[in-house]
Amino acid sequence: MELNCRHVWEFLSGYLDDTLDAAVREDVERHLAHCEVCSAILDSTRNILVLTADDRVFELPVGFSDRLHARLNELIGEDPTSPEKT
Amino acid sequence: MSVEADNRTEQELIAAILGGQKHLYHALVRPVEKKIFMVVLAYVHNPSDAEDIVQEAFLDGYRHLATFRGEARFSTWITTIALNKARARMRRSSAHAEVSLDDAGDEDRAPAVSPALLRDWREIPSEALERNEVRTLIRQAVSELPESFRTVFVLRELEELSGEETAAALGISLALVKVRLHRARIQLQKSLAPALRSATEPHRKKRWPSWS
Repeated sequence: MELNCRHVWEFLSGYLDDTLDAAVREDVERHLAHCEVCSAILDSTRNILVLTADDRVFELPVGFSDRLHARLNELIGEDPTSPEKT
Repeated sequence: MSVEADNRTEQELIAAILGGQKHLYHALVRPVEKKIFMVVLAYVHNPSDAEDIVQEAFLDGYRHLATFRGEARFSTWITTIALNKARARMRRSSAHAEVSLDDAGDEDRAPAVSPALLRDWREIPSEALERNEVRTLIRQAVSELPESFRTVFVLRELEELSGEETAAALGISLALVKVRLHRARIQLQKSLAPALRSATEPHRKKRWPSWS
């Protein structure tokens, strides 16, 4: 099927996740092969997702881990009985 | 954290903790604490509220560890506990009285956002993230996503939950997860592609003086 750009945008996420039907995927690839705009949209989206998921982007508040484990220690230390088994 | 803990599977760790090696709970928590924080922060916005909620969720996780069933990952289970706490807190706050994660929000009915149209894209390498300006742009773009999209986005892309796990954690359908994730991605591309391009090409000449 001949896809126009808007159709391709709708399939972008499925294309990235590789969840499209084989036939649809082929249609998308055929469009991407000759459409520089959709190719650039796909490349930029993929690039942005990689950058966003990078560990450096979102940082924990200073001392977060220390405070969390100190609180866990209070619980684990204060209550010597094992968690109840069901 | 004990060294041998690193090589144990989650299930082995949990069995050891329930068997009395309680200190191993730290080793169970450490690999997932940052992701849980990010998910909660995406939902409640305020870092100090998010930190409280994450602490309480991990404390609850310890107390109820024996009820954890190995069908889900530990991080998914804690995420569900944390999001329930986040919801309860938001419900108490009148400013967010209308917010519900379970509703299909207005965002789902709104027309789809179109991506930023580009003719070419030069890959932005991850070294660009060394610059605070670039990290800030990305954080800001994520925080500006509508809440229902943002939560799905963070669970799928940052916490790396599967579509099914995300659906289960939020109590929504897999189809809705896919729609929201798609829209979140397109919206991020729309806001970030132009912004990141100009931020990473500082010497690009402007075609027109900005005052014209």
